[in-house]
Amino acid sequence: MATTALGHRAHAAAGHAEPTGIWSWITTVDHKRIGILYGTTAFMFFLMGGIEALLLRIQLGSPDNTFLSPTTYNELFTMHGTTMIFLAIMPISAAFFNFIIPLQIGARDVAFPRLNAFSYWVFLMGGLFLNVSWLFGAAPDTGWFGYANLTSRQYSPGINVDFWLFGLQILGVASLAAAVNFFTTVLNLRAPGMRLMRMPIFTWMSFITQVLLLLAFPVITVALILLMFDRFFGTNFYVPSGGGDPLLWQHLFWIFGHPEVYILILPAFGIISEILPVFSRKPLFGYAAMVFSGIFIAFLGFGVWSHHMFATGMGPIADTYFSLVTMLIAIPTGVKIFNWLGTAWGGSIQYKTPMYFALGFIAMFIIGGLSGVMHASPPADLQQTDTYFVVAHFHYVMFGGSIFGLVAGAYYWWPKMFGRVLNERLGKWHFWLMLIGFNVTFFPMHILGLNGMPRRVYTYPAGLGFETLNLLETIGAFILASSFAVFLYNIYRTWRGPRNAPADPWNGATLEWSIPSPPQEWNFAEVPVVHGRDPLWEAKRERSGPLPEPARVSGEGIHLPNPSYWPLVTALGLTAMMAGVMLIHHLGPWGILAGGAIMLFGIFNWVFEPAG
Amino acid sequence: MHLRIRALRLPRRVAFVLPLLLLFAAGCSPEHYPQTGLRPLSDYARIGDDIQNTTFYWAVGVFVLVEGALLYAIFRFRGKPDDPEPRQIHGNTAIEIIWTVVPALILAAIAVPTVRGIFETNAIPKGPEVLTVEVVGHQWWWEFRYPDLKLTTANELHIPVGQTVLVRMGSGDVIHSFWPPRFAGKRDVFPNRETRMWFKAEKAGEYPGQCAEFCGIEHGRMAFRVMAQTPDEFQAWVAHMQTLGPKRAAAAATDSVRTASAGAAVQTGKTPAAKPQAGGQDTAAAAQAAPPSDPAYAAGEKLFMAKGCVGCHSLQAVDAPKGMIGPNLANVGARTTIGAGSFKNTDETLARWIQNPQLLKQGVLMPNLGVTPDEAKSLVAFLRAHK
Amino acid sequence: MSDHAAHAAAAHPDTATGIDSRKLAIWTFIGSECLFFATLISNYLVHKETWLTGPGPFPHEAWTSPAGKVFEPIIEIPLVTLGTALLLFSSLFVVLALANAQRGNRRGLLLWLGCTLLCGLFFVGMQVYEFTHFVHKGLTLKTNLFGGSFFVLTGFHGTHVSIGVLWLFTLWILAWRGKLTADKSLNLEIAALYWHFVDVVWVVIFPVVYLIK
Repeated sequence: MATTALGHRAHAAAGHAEPTGIWSWITTVDHKRIGILYGTTAFMFFLMGGIEALLLRIQLGSPDNTFLSPTTYNELFTMHGTTMIFLAIMPISAAFFNFIIPLQIGARDVAFPRLNAFSYWVFLMGGLFLNVSWLFGAAPDTGWFGYANLTSRQYSPGINVDFWLFGLQILGVASLAAAVNFFTTVLNLRAPGMRLMRMPIFTWMSFITQVLLLLAFPVITVALILLMFDRFFGTNFYVPSGGGDPLLWQHLFWIFGHPEVYILILPAFGIISEILPVFSRKPLFGYAAMVFSGIFIAFLGFGVWSHHMFATGMGPIADTYFSLVTMLIAIPTGVKIFNWLGTAWGGSIQYKTPMYFALGFIAMFIIGGLSGVMHASPPADLQQTDTYFVVAHFHYVMFGGSIFGLVAGAYYWWPKMFGRVLNERLGKWHFWLMLIGFNVTFFPMHILGLNGMPRRVYTYPAGLGFETLNLLETIGAFILASSFAVFLYNIYRTWRGPRNAPADPWNGATLEWSIPSPPQEWNFAEVPVVHGRDPLWEAKRERSGPLPEPARVSGEGIHLPNPSYWPLVTALGLTAMMAGVMLIHHLGPWGILAGGAIMLFGIFNWVFEPAG
Repeated sequence: MHLRIRALRLPRRVAFVLPLLLLFAAGCSPEHYPQTGLRPLSDYARIGDDIQNTTFYWAVGVFVLVEGALLYAIFRFRGKPDDPEPRQIHGNTAIEIIWTVVPALILAAIAVPTVRGIFETNAIPKGPEVLTVEVVGHQWWWEFRYPDLKLTTANELHIPVGQTVLVRMGSGDVIHSFWPPRFAGKRDVFPNRETRMWFKAEKAGEYPGQCAEFCGIEHGRMAFRVMAQTPDEFQAWVAHMQTLGPKRAAAAATDSVRTASAGAAVQTGKTPAAKPQAGGQDTAAAAQAAPPSDPAYAAGEKLFMAKGCVGCHSLQAVDAPKGMIGPNLANVGARTTIGAGSFKNTDETLARWIQNPQLLKQGVLMPNLGVTPDEAKSLVAFLRAHK
Repeated sequence: MSDHAAHAAAAHPDTATGIDSRKLAIWTFIGSECLFFATLISNYLVHKETWLTGPGPFPHEAWTSPAGKVFEPIIEIPLVTLGTALLLFSSLFVVLALANAQRGNRRGLLLWLGCTLLCGLFFVGMQVYEFTHFVHKGLTLKTNLFGGSFFVLTGFHGTHVSIGVLWLFTLWILAWRGKLTADKSLNLEIAALYWHFVDVVWVVIFPVVYLIK
């Protein structure tokens, strides 16, 4: 083993002189490295969120259980939701945006490499900020949705909610900076000939995601600012005794929260829309319909927020409007599912691991979509909402959808990212354990929910009939967890193996497969020219056979951006400033001023250093 | 090679899944679940249930068709690496229009009853035959008031079968959600606005319900019971409850009771209670309902004042003061559960609760008053007599 | 096509849209900021008539609280109108500054950019005065929801103006040291786009807060 690793390192060094060492990662502005940083960090948070989920499941495995105290349970479910949404699914998607988008559009990097590094560092700080709360024994405990007025100082006097509030604000900065960057990158850095309607579908769906981020995050930012003023500076925006209205929070939160759902799922849509054609050896069915249904879903996503609030009693007119628009979303979503089926239909399906996960995605997402239509009808939703039926629904969408899609993407792009193909046999074990574990965990939740088990309860009494299926779910959760143990082992084994992946292991259709695996720092020695939607397939067809393995080149004369640590300094300053606001009643303005000064220092040095 | 592996794997998979499926089937029938939302017992709940059934059957149909097509494609279009390239199809406008229009039609079939249901459920019933109930959510228990009957109780909502009940809801602190699944879906309960629901119960019985909006540490133990009673039973209950108040107490006052209230008034003077007058009346009401000869009762009554219980709990059902922090205890002796539907109302549990409420319900706002086991016994005797 | 291929071979290919990436990015950022201010303005509109005590939102008339206390109108429209006018003029000045920068006229650039800066500073000063004045008259963040939503909305706008002033001042220093040459005028153009946006937001806030009853 050792000799292989050594031999292979020598080979890498001979191939190209890429900088190594920790400092090179801290100062990197290379979108591929930042992508790997995003992916690794987010996967760690994903494992944390998973462990939190297992603890929750142990607690619910038997009635009147005292394994967790109510406080701990509430902290765990809050952090599980917050972690999975903001620290796992979103940044794992961001890892793919980073690594894949520039490669798919034939660019050498993103539009703003240092801003990209800044986004990563801010994301890391935000994630740490949220999780540091555990060390203080004060993890957020009011749910990832943080409904006012439970979050007011009166009902949540501790610093738990403050960690959540400022953690989310920090993460919001990371998301917005990344969204501006990728929006610009996709529009501006496309290779010659890559018109919008020739863009790979993953890039398209990611692009739509950036638009959603840009428009949805300012709303939650303001909602959190108002909460901050309520908690710290004595305003009463959400406090009824001062004339405020806790319902305002729900509106603002869901105006952000519903588009957020599409922020979480659209990248996965894009990933499996890449995988299905490649492994069916057939182009994507209805490319234009796929693009426009994505846009349509995103557009409607801003008009349905109150379907999360049917139980608040908004009156018949509002209920009718939000119900009908919600149902409308089923149409473009259906179009996508049918187009995926149409892609596989009549193909010559190659059963590799990414394809297993992509097909699993479709099978599971259908269930989540259909239960979603069931919620769209308020009289029925009044029974379903806030029960385990909803927990089942969104796990079928977020896990059966997003996570299946992201794992599919990991197996698909692993060779491109690391030059190693993940083991197929372990991959299939991973798939079957995950599919079975997932369904054993989450399918019974439909039944429990409809039969009266509410969400967010730290225990349930014996005698309500919830015992059997809850135990089954807990068993399922451990099966699900074991699937990720297999995945980790697969990663370990592959990492120990040779770095010998070809440039194009799957007979891909898009530009990322035309360059060596892993790509050299500059991605494309020569900027490609695009003539169609599946440029690589067209090139292979022209040659009537596979393309020659691309050579690694010295890269002389190729202009690369300079590494920089100022994004990290700026991110540190920003985080310190937020912590300063949180501690304003202890430190006075000094924390804010110190953080702000570091941030300004970082920004000015960033602006005036030569970008290269 | 692929085929061989598949043939080997499939039965193993089935063997693994089968016991899980059996477990699962055992948990499927709504009859196992007293709190089920699938067996409606009111006109209101039936509106939602009918729509849910309609959407569910459509969903099952779509599920079978689409998953069937997916499975067919998975097995039918299995290819080998050296197979010739399949026909390259980029789309088909006719098919794409069909699979856009057909779902739209299905949705229309769901939308029509949905809109009808929305307007039906939002039509607030009026008239003299409607019984109005006020529900007030508190961290973490439920207060039920009958404004026309001037009655207050907690955690057990008595309603008559066959009469429309209009529920008007509010909250004393944060947002809760009132959910009696057999009779209605959820309606959130707000501190600053009134929300409403209504239903006409169809069958007598005891039905569980609980808070459905996360409301803090003890959200998980904020349950309640709906006691649906025949009209006669309900009338009897109302008549009985109406004896548990200051007026009835004053009228029926005896010498022994007078002594008790006097003693109580002295005691209440020491407690931080804001309403010594109400406290005295409470005791009077309670005393007339209980055997005054029981020494444990008398000791419990004194303790109820001395320990300050009376500061948070009212003992009168009629014209009970509003805004109390703890549940009304006028008929606590007759309730099936304590701690907001959390524990069976036995003498032993009640005694444990009185001594250390946090032991049973960690976040409960009732303080630990340092009650000794003997004192707890007296308090239980006192409370047990409040039926 | 051959043109494109020729560009592709060059070290710095043109962008696919033909717009400089930095300019596109600032437009994107502005788009996002629109939602930020839209939410703040909505919050103000929701709350401006929710007040239980303290000075109210009617600029022209006094009111008597339920407790019987009389509150005088506190908003000073003439002063704010002057601030608004200067902010609007500053948008014109920054355009003139940019035109001079693009022509390489350093003196004109310094003059007009300086005028922009002075207008911006006046506006910030006006807001500081207004806030202090309100606090003296008994309207703070805590007094009522009109106060809270007013201070949060105008305060965040003021923060944006201040950041703009800092940004333009940095550019003014660069120009003074002769480093903001014609080929680098894009740096000013981006700052100007941001400055225009901040002005436009005020054009919405001004009538909503000060003119509409």
